[in-house]
Amino acid sequence: MIKTDALIIGAGPTGLFTAHQLKIIGLDCQIVDNLDKIGGQCIELYPDKPIYDIPAIPECTGEELTQNLIKQLEPFKIKFHLNERVDEVKKDNNNWEVRTSNGTKFSTPNVIIAGGVGSFEPRKFSLKECEQFENKSIFYSIKDKKIFEGKTVTIFGGGDSALDWAVELSKTSKVNLIHRRDEFRGANATVDKVHELTKSGKINLYTKYQLSGIKGSSNLESVEITHENKEVKEFKTDYILGFFGLIMQLGPIANWGLNLNKKTIEVDTEKFETNQKGIYAVGDICTYPGKLKLILSGFHEGALAARACFKLARPNEKYRFEFTTSSKTIKNRLGVKSD
Amino acid sequence: MTKVTYIEHNGKEHTIDVQNGLTVMEGAVQNDIPGIDADCGGSMACATCHVYVKDEWYDKLDEKSEGEDDMIDQAYEPKKNSRLSCQIIVSDKTEGLIVYLPEKQV
Repeated sequence: MIKTDALIIGAGPTGLFTAHQLKIIGLDCQIVDNLDKIGGQCIELYPDKPIYDIPAIPECTGEELTQNLIKQLEPFKIKFHLNERVDEVKKDNNNWEVRTSNGTKFSTPNVIIAGGVGSFEPRKFSLKECEQFENKSIFYSIKDKKIFEGKTVTIFGGGDSALDWAVELSKTSKVNLIHRRDEFRGANATVDKVHELTKSGKINLYTKYQLSGIKGSSNLESVEITHENKEVKEFKTDYILGFFGLIMQLGPIANWGLNLNKKTIEVDTEKFETNQKGIYAVGDICTYPGKLKLILSGFHEGALAARACFKLARPNEKYRFEFTTSSKTIKNRLGVKSD
Repeated sequence: MTKVTYIEHNGKEHTIDVQNGLTVMEGAVQNDIPGIDADCGGSMACATCHVYVKDEWYDKLDEKSEGEDDMIDQAYEPKKNSRLSCQIIVSDKTEGLIVYLPEKQV
């Protein structure tokens, strides 16, 4: 059981800056995120897109913003738990007991949800029959590519993941690549490589087709695809891989007894606290009258939620407001020399 | 004001007056029409405002935005007449537009 003053769910810009604010006022915290990297939507959805409305930063990309926030956190040596989704939040006297998908447990008086629009999950095939083969012959990510050696693999999708794996697996497997249109959204070099491998017969490419059926009993046997013009093809396959990007789902957050409004969590605008004492929501996932889904709003919300955490984490101490320009204590925390 | 008709997957129709200049997505969200999530708020960074445009309307609309098809690849059951409703701007030209909502967005 890990004890901490505050647990932050979500390592996007809001979660990162909230951690900074907690550390500045002398509280410790840890961060959990379902993705395998820090940055949230900035990294997952738009790493290369420029952002123009971060105060005092005329222009930066999602990736640059993330790198700068990580740099700002460097003095604090924050512990991140990546690739873990928070599954359960339970009341335990004055604390919250939090459990992740990997079984990590936390005990904390303060849980700050900075979860954006929920957790990212791979988009799956809509065909119902696919479920029974999931993680056996149908995969949405690859952990061990050895299982595909010498087998027939049918890959669906038109982005980098689909193309990269088509190229990679074509070295040791028979690869069918299927995409719903002629254009691909992957890197140009990879698209060229796929066309080259198609010409040399290493990849069988089918465009304007989509999955329409699968057959098999205990093992997957064949796949059926249908063209835009309704023409149907069926062929044998051992494995099916689907790479349709990630979708955002509120996930387990919906079960924690919080007041929800569509896919957002209702909070007050003093502490950004939810209807549960000690659980806060900041950034895109929170809602209140006048809410703006801007990164700068998340920074403000995190700063206020952090101050609210102080009361529950240090019930016998008085919080004193200080500026980073003048406070000796804060400078010590940052590891910088005071004048 | 321009009339836009949203038809849910179950066939339920909603005809709404949408202010010119708003998007078809905004028209749906502001009028609480179920079936359009618009998680990213209209920045073309998700595919949860996906609609099917009635065939005769599809070619009459302005061309898709750059990158729109890349996002539609990630939508639930994309078809030939798929669009992201956050990229369709309502104007006099779209009077009477009809869009179908998919069974679900995610």
